[in-house]
Amino acid sequence: MNTDTKSHDVRSRAREVLLAAVQGLVLALVVLPCGVAFFCLTLLSLALIPLGVGLVTTPAVLTGVRALADARRKLAAEWYGIRIPAAYQPLPKGFNPWRRTFALLRDPQVRRDVVWLPVDFTAGFLTALLPALLLFYPVEGFMLPAGLWRAYVPDSGEAYWYLFVPVTGEGTALLAALLAAVLLAAAWRVIPRLVAVHFRLTQAVLGGDEELAERVRVLTETRRDAVDTSAAELRRIERDLHDGAQARLVAMGMDLGTIEMLVEHDPAQAKRLLAEARQNSAEALEELRDLVRGIHPPVLAERGLGDAVRALALRLPLPAEVSVELAGRAEAPVESAAYFAVSEVLTNAVKHSGAGRIWVDVLHTEGRLRVTVTDNGKGGAAIGTGSGLAGVERRLGTFDGVLAVSSPAGGPTLVTMEIPCALS
Amino acid sequence: MRVVLAEDLFLLRDGLVRMLQAFGFEIAAAVESGPELTQALAELKPDVAVVDVRLPPTHTDEGLQCALAARAARPGLPVLVLSQHVEQLYARELLADGNGGIGYLLKDRVFDAEQFIDAVRRVAGGGTAMDPQVIQQLLSRRAADDRPLAGLTPRELEVLELMAQGRSNAGIAAQLVVTERAIAKHTSNIFAKLGLEVSDDDNRRVLAVIAYLDRDR
Repeated sequence: MNTDTKSHDVRSRAREVLLAAVQGLVLALVVLPCGVAFFCLTLLSLALIPLGVGLVTTPAVLTGVRALADARRKLAAEWYGIRIPAAYQPLPKGFNPWRRTFALLRDPQVRRDVVWLPVDFTAGFLTALLPALLLFYPVEGFMLPAGLWRAYVPDSGEAYWYLFVPVTGEGTALLAALLAAVLLAAAWRVIPRLVAVHFRLTQAVLGGDEELAERVRVLTETRRDAVDTSAAELRRIERDLHDGAQARLVAMGMDLGTIEMLVEHDPAQAKRLLAEARQNSAEALEELRDLVRGIHPPVLAERGLGDAVRALALRLPLPAEVSVELAGRAEAPVESAAYFAVSEVLTNAVKHSGAGRIWVDVLHTEGRLRVTVTDNGKGGAAIGTGSGLAGVERRLGTFDGVLAVSSPAGGPTLVTMEIPCALS
Repeated sequence: MRVVLAEDLFLLRDGLVRMLQAFGFEIAAAVESGPELTQALAELKPDVAVVDVRLPPTHTDEGLQCALAARAARPGLPVLVLSQHVEQLYARELLADGNGGIGYLLKDRVFDAEQFIDAVRRVAGGGTAMDPQVIQQLLSRRAADDRPLAGLTPRELEVLELMAQGRSNAGIAAQLVVTERAIAKHTSNIFAKLGLEVSDDDNRRVLAVIAYLDRDR
């Protein structure tokens, strides 16, 4: 049993070693011509830019380089689970070759791709080839004492060098075989790791810095959240318009049509319908006003965040003190995000905290907008499902903003929101 | 009575001009931007200005700022401010100087031509016209924990609301279909219950009531 598993281990290890060596060999054979070819093409294409031809060829060549790098990324992930992040910038719209070429050349990821080419066909080539050498070179070593040395060593007795062993006869050939055994033992241990080294090297050159990759990950996530949120918003607005103002306008139009008919022979009824139509138009306006407030509150557009929060506080059923220290206005999307975050937090406080008073502080300091909402309620608020605070956190996330909640049982509750931004 | 009108949307400006003319007002100027408004107010010296809050060139609260500046230069200049939305914050700013002749209404109020014209005349005469929504907001904030207010009868609350909007006793009486004397009795009861000083001056009365509703707790 014990020996069975051992032989099983040995066999799977042998397969692993052999596979790695073959992978390395294939890689090495592809890397060298492709790398050299693309590198030369890139240099040539860049040199032709002043002549104009390069403007057309460079994007094509760089796209090829990217395909090569992408293929390597795929192999790294499939063979060794090594993730090599790609952070290409989107190409500018339109087909202006000048803009395309320079956008590509400005992209740090494209530059890393190009730098990677010479690294790949030198160091990358060697690291890929070495495993195969380590595995197949000992085979020659073993064949030397079996008689191969006779073919290598000429009659003059000049030595054939097997690595650092001068083979001149059967004895030294045995020594070479011994060295081959040592090499094979080493190969057995390090080959899979050596191929991994090749991909680690690729990762180091192609991958850029980890921080950037992490940033890309966070941005991807928050962007998806933002898109989801705004899509849901648009659906809500569409539904509100469809069921509200639109329906009321239809009703008004119908009423007006009927009035036109009635006005001659039944003025009393016509008058009643007119009153109804007016009522409908007033209600449609009211609904539109609420809708607008939910999309972008007019005070925010007219006065900015400080006064918008003041106006918000004036609408609360609780007394609220607002203090604002802003030397200018933030960008509209940031203002809007901050406003709705404050609005949600205030709604939460009114609904759940049982507070008798609320304080709101709006402050811009050290490149960050900080809004603090404090209430003297019973505490116990948390960023979790149902509290609405999770939504606030997501909303702020789009702007790299953060939300912190301190709400011990018994209160008070302190909600702090921070968004990095500049004022103008 | 000469009116300066500032409204950037052609349809509304045109409609307002026609309505005001139909009720016998003389349109001194109908302008569409903040700078034009400032100039018209300074040069034409109208009896009353009807001003939209949002005007070009900034499309923010240009109209409101122009009105406030004009009133600072000429205290008591009657201004009726119109807007698609009313904010207590703006109402406070308009009322802050304590001079009468101020109005702040939702644009929807023009639907009822007579009431709207009544508001314009009131403002021109140095009175006040506050939008019912502003007053309702004030009242609902107060209602929760204000003991004197809780002591008012429903009828008295109704009268208080109309009073805060700037209506005279006669106007309130007409609206509630009762005699002016009955309203006078209600008002003195209200003032007594809220501990406010009674004043014969309609405008003073309105400002006192609004100040009471809007004071900090």
